[in-house]
Amino acid sequence: MSTTIIEVKASLDHNLANPETRQSALSSAQITDYDHRQTVGKITVDNPKMICRNVNVYYAEKQAIKHVSLDIGANEVIAFIGPSGCGKSTVLRCLNRMNDTIPICRVTGEIRLESEDIYDKKIDVVQLRARVGMVFQKPNPFPKSIYENVAYGPRIHGMVNGKAEMDELVRASLERAGLLKEVDKRMNEPGTSLSGGQQQRLCIARAIAVNPEVILMDEPCSALDPIATAKIEELIDELRENYTIVIVTHSMQQAARVSQRTAYFHLGDLIEIGETDQIFTNPRHKLTEDYITGRFG
Amino acid sequence: MAISHDAHTVKQFDIQLTNLRNQVQEMGGLVEDQIQNAIKALDNEDITAAREVIARDQIINGMQVKVDEDSVSMIALRQPLGSDLRLIMSLSKIVTDLERIGDEAEKIARMTVKTYDGAGSPPNAKLLRDVQPMSKLAANMLHNCLDALARLDVEKAVEVAQGDDELDQEFQSALRRLITYMMEDPRTIGHAISVIFIIKALERIGDHSKNIAEYIIYLVKGKDVRHVKMDVLVQDALAVE
Repeated sequence: MSTTIIEVKASLDHNLANPETRQSALSSAQITDYDHRQTVGKITVDNPKMICRNVNVYYAEKQAIKHVSLDIGANEVIAFIGPSGCGKSTVLRCLNRMNDTIPICRVTGEIRLESEDIYDKKIDVVQLRARVGMVFQKPNPFPKSIYENVAYGPRIHGMVNGKAEMDELVRASLERAGLLKEVDKRMNEPGTSLSGGQQQRLCIARAIAVNPEVILMDEPCSALDPIATAKIEELIDELRENYTIVIVTHSMQQAARVSQRTAYFHLGDLIEIGETDQIFTNPRHKLTEDYITGRFG
Repeated sequence: MAISHDAHTVKQFDIQLTNLRNQVQEMGGLVEDQIQNAIKALDNEDITAAREVIARDQIINGMQVKVDEDSVSMIALRQPLGSDLRLIMSLSKIVTDLERIGDEAEKIARMTVKTYDGAGSPPNAKLLRDVQPMSKLAANMLHNCLDALARLDVEKAVEVAQGDDELDQEFQSALRRLITYMMEDPRTIGHAISVIFIIKALERIGDHSKNIAEYIIYLVKGKDVRHVKMDVLVQDALAVE
């Protein structure tokens, strides 16, 4: 209990130091008034890359996310788990403002990347999505060549000068995504000619080509076979050195295998967050326990 | 987080878990009988009964293997997590200790056969005076352990763990007495050594019971209390989340 008070105080101190956010800091101090479940576990980390405080998401009148506060640590893999409709993907999509594309969707609260409020009016969303990349459930390569799939992002962001530099960046991205060896001789074939697992790694290469800081993954392996899944998981582990990764997954084994911290969502509430090992062997909240042991509902 | 008593969505998993727990309880009951029978055989100088105890140890060994096989298969097929995982891991460890307790009962039975097979004169009753009280303590610890397991009763498990000290002290004082007899009359050495083996077996039963109590605390509370001081064990086991 005492940690929660300290955390709230730390968040207040942090926010009150900045006059612009004083208003939201004050409102976060009043969150106990609302009908939502208190999060169990430590929401803060020593070295945060992104900070979410008191985030609410509404689809028209319906509140989909209720007062979610959590830190995403630099160079960590954090897994969001929970039953369908619990809001884990919604929270994920808030992190690079993918929800902006849904007209009825409204987000309140504070989400910061480093110290920048990503919902600030001054933020260029295209730039933001370059810094916070995304990989989707179904591999979705552009209907272009393998090379062009990876080159597209760096080109529109004007990141390279000349063909030689671009070649190098494309190869380096494919190498990092563990795909270069398999596609080295077929760079000009369509991206869609690859297998499902290869397409997903191509999408990861495409995401990392623009040198993001955070990569969001929305069930990246649910359409893949176990071997392709294992390759992606191995890749996630390697990417952690350079990127921060947030992964939504329905496979608890996958969450257990790839992440260092796990957050459990239920009906729009962040129920519990903690070290992955603790969440899967000794969760503190009954809802978490019931979900991970298959007693849910 | 304590153990959840709600049913699993997959009912077959509940059936398998219950079945595993029942197997362990049944094995525990059999091991209890083995200790009682081994002590009774020693008391009655009944080598036929002692031989039966020795023969029955095979059944206990078989049960240990069966529980482990079932545990491995459930881990492979169900990928248990949370309290289910702790339950399966704990049961698998508990049967190892139960099997060893069974071995201790067998040792006592072997000592009975050796002592009363008619080859030499039987031991003086005073050499055996510590066996009865120690066997009561040991059997009691095991009984309470199995009770705590059946009810997932952490408080009872703590009592068992705390009780091990008393048995250890009994063993030490029994040992001192036996050494005195041996020094007084070296002819008692042969029998006294047999008695030492017997009381050592009883002392080990206490240790195994304590291990089982620790696994029960782990499975209910998720706290690993092996190799910690008793006050830490008590604190962890009885902490309210």
